[in-house]
Amino acid sequence: MEKKAKARQPKQHDLTKAVTWKHALYAHKWLYLMVIPGVLYMVIFNYLPMAGLVMAFQDFSPYNGEGMFGPFLHSPFTGFSVFKKFFTGPDFLTLLKNTLSISITSLIFYFPAPIILALLLNEIKSKYFKRITQTMVYIPHFISWVIVAALTTQLFSTTDGIVYHLLAELMGKANAPDVLSSPKLFVPMLIGQSMWKETGYGTIIFLAALSGVDVQLYEAAEVDGANRWQKMWHVTLPAIRGTIIIMLILKVGSLLNTGYEQIFLMQNSMNRGVSDVFDTYIYTKGVVNGNYSLATAAGMFKSVVSMIMVLGANKIAKVFGESGFY
Amino acid sequence: MSKVKAHGSRIKRSPGDQVVQVFIYLFVGAFALLTLLPFIYVVAGSFATERELTEKAFFLFPETISFNAYQYIFRTGDAIRGLLNSVLVTVVGTLINMFFSCTLAYPLSRPYFKGRTGLMNMVIITMLFSGGMVPSYILVANILSLKNSFFALWLPTAINAFNMIIIKNYFQGIPMELEEAARMDGSNDLNTFIKIILPLSKPVLASVGLFYAVGHWNSYFNAMLYISDKDKEVIQIVLRRIIFLTSSVATESGFDWGLFGMPPQKAIKMATTVVATVPILLVYPFIQKFFTQGVMVGSVKG
Repeated sequence: MEKKAKARQPKQHDLTKAVTWKHALYAHKWLYLMVIPGVLYMVIFNYLPMAGLVMAFQDFSPYNGEGMFGPFLHSPFTGFSVFKKFFTGPDFLTLLKNTLSISITSLIFYFPAPIILALLLNEIKSKYFKRITQTMVYIPHFISWVIVAALTTQLFSTTDGIVYHLLAELMGKANAPDVLSSPKLFVPMLIGQSMWKETGYGTIIFLAALSGVDVQLYEAAEVDGANRWQKMWHVTLPAIRGTIIIMLILKVGSLLNTGYEQIFLMQNSMNRGVSDVFDTYIYTKGVVNGNYSLATAAGMFKSVVSMIMVLGANKIAKVFGESGFY
Repeated sequence: MSKVKAHGSRIKRSPGDQVVQVFIYLFVGAFALLTLLPFIYVVAGSFATERELTEKAFFLFPETISFNAYQYIFRTGDAIRGLLNSVLVTVVGTLINMFFSCTLAYPLSRPYFKGRTGLMNMVIITMLFSGGMVPSYILVANILSLKNSFFALWLPTAINAFNMIIIKNYFQGIPMELEEAARMDGSNDLNTFIKIILPLSKPVLASVGLFYAVGHWNSYFNAMLYISDKDKEVIQIVLRRIIFLTSSVATESGFDWGLFGMPPQKAIKMATTVVATVPILLVYPFIQKFFTQGVMVGSVKG
């Protein structure tokens, strides 16, 4: 008891003493110096762009003023008219439909995939087999989207794609799917790519939670006559429920973020009708066409909705007694 | 793992259960094979001759080994320059990442650091909300004029909040007593950080460093946004160009292709894919050693 109190003393001393800023700066000047690069980074590359959102309320042009920030100060303010134009414009509904159809399909098919694979891996008793398969399925996570896109085109190309030719022999030339350009197959292709790339890696976090399950729980369940599925339902799944919910919160928060690289790489003139999402729209309008105000407004819409959804999902998780994200 | 094994061997399984078990092995094995097959196909194809590529549907080992595609790649130089640029971007970029992340993570990990909560909130806000792509693009391209500079690839991604928090949590887990002992000996905060904290944090620094490095190596979009100078192209840009835009690469160069004739375009595409993939596969064993624990620490809530 005495020893414990003694050990805690210096820490307590540091924590509870009402330190003035002057004293703190003096006593830990190195810590405050160390923080400078990180703070500068955040101010310049995170917070300055947030201030740049002012463009969404302006008729912004980079030629409106002199110097670095001149254009922001001298572009005329237009209130919410850019947002009005964005929401009532011809593209908004298409973008929303495309974005949601990708992310909801992904939520239904891609989100459960790592959980299922983790549950299957958990049933595998051979340590050797498990290690080898794990090593194999983690690899694609470290491969770039460009390489995934390259592999996809090489496998599914209608001129020399091996998978296309296999399917053409099996199903007949007329029925063989042209994955790369068919609008109907665009979303399934994206989900397939994501599943191929990330399912294996996604299992890590669930397997970690599973390795912490007390074996006695399984034994008790067996004594009670539980079969494989009952054990999975009553012992294994509850053990990873918290992890699933955190992953779900993150996923829900990014419903509007379909990501630039994957879609950008797979987009072509044939599938543009279904592949144009908010992210590609922002890039095309903003960076390519120089319509900065409109693209900024679209980006701000996306950021605000995402933030509300993460916070909302987190709150709902807490209402249901889960620990949530933070 | 051993716990689970013990639980499995103790119980006698019913025949129906064993069928399920076999099915699970088959399914997992098939999935693992499915992740590898595209790579094997591309590697095999990159060494194949045009004739074999057009005549045979599928093979895991080419009949005649041809290095023409690789010769072509090395002759034209694009892929090599891309690789060199990617190495530069990755090495310097990762060093910058680690410097910025560690120097921010250490003060944030000290309970006696006044202003810690406010600073942590400042970090969390960046995880929840962002200005989006266009303001960042204007900042980098117009205000900072970093177009065609590698700094456009290094600076905007200098800190990844998730990675920084992984490091912070690890620093927090190092026993305070070590630091206090050092302070008794007259070590200042910087000295403690460099001499005690960093050496004790090698595992987390390795895994986060690898996360950052893989991110730099694989990054395509930023390079496409900011780098248009051909001499500064990274490998992902080169690969994308060769895969999607090439129409007649092979005929452009007046190179004598020798015995096997002109390299097939398909083989060139495959060989470029291989060249861009191999560096990642080379570091994969090292990554694998560290990333599991990295993901684990990362799953601890910030």
